[in-house]
Amino acid sequence: MNKELSNTTSSTDEFIKGLWKENPVFVQVLGMCPVLAVSNTAINALAMGLATAFVLIMSNSLVSLLRNFIPKEVRIASYILIIATFVTIIDYAIQAISVDLHKNLGAFISLIVVNCLILSRAEAFASKNTLGKSILDALGMGLGFTLGLVSLGLVREILGSGAVFGIPIMPDTFQEWVIMILPAGGFFTLAAWLLVFNLYKQKRNAL
Amino acid sequence: MNQESFSQIFINAALVNNFVLAYFLGICPFLGVSGKIDTAGKMGGAVTFVMLISSMCAYGIHAFLEAIDAPFLQLISYIVVIASTVQLVEMFVKKMSPALFQALGIFLPLITTNCAILGLALFQTNKGYDFFQSVTYAFGAGTGFTLALLLMAGLREQLDFAEVPKVIRGTVLTLVAAGILSLAFMGFSGLGSN
Repeated sequence: MNKELSNTTSSTDEFIKGLWKENPVFVQVLGMCPVLAVSNTAINALAMGLATAFVLIMSNSLVSLLRNFIPKEVRIASYILIIATFVTIIDYAIQAISVDLHKNLGAFISLIVVNCLILSRAEAFASKNTLGKSILDALGMGLGFTLGLVSLGLVREILGSGAVFGIPIMPDTFQEWVIMILPAGGFFTLAAWLLVFNLYKQKRNAL
Repeated sequence: MNQESFSQIFINAALVNNFVLAYFLGICPFLGVSGKIDTAGKMGGAVTFVMLISSMCAYGIHAFLEAIDAPFLQLISYIVVIASTVQLVEMFVKKMSPALFQALGIFLPLITTNCAILGLALFQTNKGYDFFQSVTYAFGAGTGFTLALLLMAGLREQLDFAEVPKVIRGTVLTLVAAGILSLAFMGFSGLGSN
């Protein structure tokens, strides 16, 4: 109990670390499949990020609540079942909210199940921490993931179709960079963002 | 039912819509294991094997869930079957070749969370393939995955000797190489579509 008390001061840190210091996309490079696949427009990226965040928060809470009841040997299997349940829920929810969005994201909603980020948070954090902290951790990580996705989506949408969230912003003479919407553009954009982060880190370390 | 011929399905899964380079499925092992050609080939083999088995299982499960009218169980049952298959392969590899088991390390159990395998099961269901089409699709996808992994490993073995600035080393360089590879694979588009 004492140990937990001494940790309470850091609860804002649990939240912040997902956004910045341990950002899942830029620092941990986890869960890359959806990041690259659905970040061709900012809307898709935002929807995917929020769906992942929802699953992350729900599964982290449930894993945290059940952490004393799940036998160690079958923990990974149990986590995956918990995650799969929430993904099924969000899959049907998105279908009910917008059929178009569901069609755009396609199988990638179901593929949230195998997003390494969610499983790694369940295993590395929620299975060892209290409910409150696990929710904070999931919130931070989920928002950090969404932030990463949207920043990728924005770049790809602006350069690839000259628009932001579907609203054209570029002058008519703008020649669209088709490559940005294609799969290769995903790789290049992520590489560019990582490069920016690396440069920043290098600069800070040099100071 | 889908009417595509076997060769069409195979070429489509292996080259045109390569799982790694066009759908971004299985990026984790792609970036993680593709350092050496040797390991990459074995990893590709293991993934192809799991793909074949889980594709057959997924076909059976889909038919069964249709029969009992419970499509919402699809995702959960797929993932359970895949997890058990991976466990089986892991035990088999550990017994048959401890050296390979060591080389693959953490990435072997991680095949469970390899999106390529679940993705394959979901795609084949969406496309409405029959049993033999599903198996062909799985084989094509596995071949494509192995091919991408091998090509990437070859590139990275060369890149190790290249002089690049320190900031670019690591993931950034790998991603750029993957992007160029993905561009190259776009040359296959149109192939196999009648």
